[in-house]
Amino acid sequence: MDFLLPANGLLFWQVVIFLALVLVLAKFAWKPILSSLKEREESIQNALDQAEKAKQEMASLKSDNEKLLKEAREERDKILRTARTAANQIHEEAQVAAKKTADKMIEDAKAVINTEKQAALRDVRAQVASFSLEIAEKLIKKNLANDKSQKELTETLINDLKLN
Amino acid sequence: MQSEIQTLARFTMRKPFFTTIPVILTLFFVTAIGFPIYAQHEADHHDTTHIQAGLDSAGAPHAAETEKFSANEVIIEHVLDDHQWHFAEHLVLPLPIIVYSAERGLAVFSSSHFYDDHHHEIEYNGYKLEGRNIVLTATGEKVLDLSITKNVAMLFLTAVVLLYVLFTVARSYKRNPKKAPKGLQSFIEPVILFVRDEIVKPNLGHHTDKYLPYILTLFFFILFGNLLGLLPGSANLTGNIAITLSLAVLTFLITNFSGNAAYWKHIFWTPGVPLLLRIIILPVEIIGLFTKPFALTIRLFVAITAGHIVLLSLICMTFIFHSYIVGIGASVMVLFISLIEILVAAIQAYVFALFTSLYIGMATAEDEHH
Repeated sequence: MDFLLPANGLLFWQVVIFLALVLVLAKFAWKPILSSLKEREESIQNALDQAEKAKQEMASLKSDNEKLLKEAREERDKILRTARTAANQIHEEAQVAAKKTADKMIEDAKAVINTEKQAALRDVRAQVASFSLEIAEKLIKKNLANDKSQKELTETLINDLKLN
Repeated sequence: MQSEIQTLARFTMRKPFFTTIPVILTLFFVTAIGFPIYAQHEADHHDTTHIQAGLDSAGAPHAAETEKFSANEVIIEHVLDDHQWHFAEHLVLPLPIIVYSAERGLAVFSSSHFYDDHHHEIEYNGYKLEGRNIVLTATGEKVLDLSITKNVAMLFLTAVVLLYVLFTVARSYKRNPKKAPKGLQSFIEPVILFVRDEIVKPNLGHHTDKYLPYILTLFFFILFGNLLGLLPGSANLTGNIAITLSLAVLTFLITNFSGNAAYWKHIFWTPGVPLLLRIIILPVEIIGLFTKPFALTIRLFVAITAGHIVLLSLICMTFIFHSYIVGIGASVMVLFISLIEILVAAIQAYVFALFTSLYIGMATAEDEHH
């Protein structure tokens, strides 16, 4: 049972040596080791956090880009659409205007033609009247050159009167 | 960034812990071989008579010596402390004796004075050995024995190895801060992290930083003591009850000195218990204060001593049976038990550190009752 009795000397040395170990190690080993471990862990954690942050930023940047691209595309479509409508409108307006002008020109032309026609007709009528007068004069002059013809005319005129 | 982390991981995995084992082994063997040379010098002065004595007994048959072989003696001698370091036959390292008595005052001398050339115990300068105690020849009174015994020498050796290893590690942290660990550092670092994150932090929470140096020292002291104790020729340091008792008492003192109001209230006036039961619970709680260090003392002492006894018993079997077959069988068994002992060395260090942090954690926990 000898080994169940703690020896005084060993107890003394153990307490002294162990306490010295605790103090010396705490100051010169554990302090630098634990603090640099903590430091390193923090720097690794920071690096990881930053990587995660950068990743998120990249993702948000990418989605931003996509959003921008989408907006740009929509904008382009919109511009194209308005441009097309505007073009169509201008085209139609131009057509309408052209037609209107053409109609007017035709109208005007018709009016001018009509006037010209009336004038021409009037002219022709005057000419025909004068020609007729001349022909009639010549005819009368010739027909009434002898008595018989005068008589016949008179008779005809009388017959016409009779009829009336 | 990813690749940087991978390199870091690869660095931590590389440089296996094997690199450090030779360091420890070499250190130990250098000291182990260095001592006997010194011992030999001491012995040289008396060598002539020694050889004479050897010649005298040369006629005695060798078999007679082996018949006297007592396994019990060998084992007990190894397990217990001694005033000299006995490595092998004729390979004895004398150690300093430091004694104090009221009558004679302080005296320091070599333990070799207690033995004559035939290794018989003799008295020296009024002191003599009685069993393992040193007594005054005149009165037969025990003196205060602060000798550097085998275990104290082993204690110094363990402390030196511990200081060497941990200072080396600390220096490499200072030399390359914020870098991946290298060499010895990469062997010790996971152990430190294990103690911090698995043993201390879960039990002590925000008190971790305060008690971590003590528990780390405790863990590494027990681990190194256990492992060095397994080396051939070394002393059974952590299997000595004086060592385990002092460690347990230190834990006990730290636990109770850091105990907060809730802890003491729980012991003396356990909340939520009827008055009558309190009369029974109070002594139980007070006994509980002392069973904790007692359990710590006995657990480590028994685990290590039992391991050494098993190993030595197996080795002794060869000498008892005088048979090669038994020798081979015992060697194989010793190999396996030694491997188990290495495991036990780590487990006991873990358990001691775990219970210490558990007890301190219980004493410092904020008011929370189950």
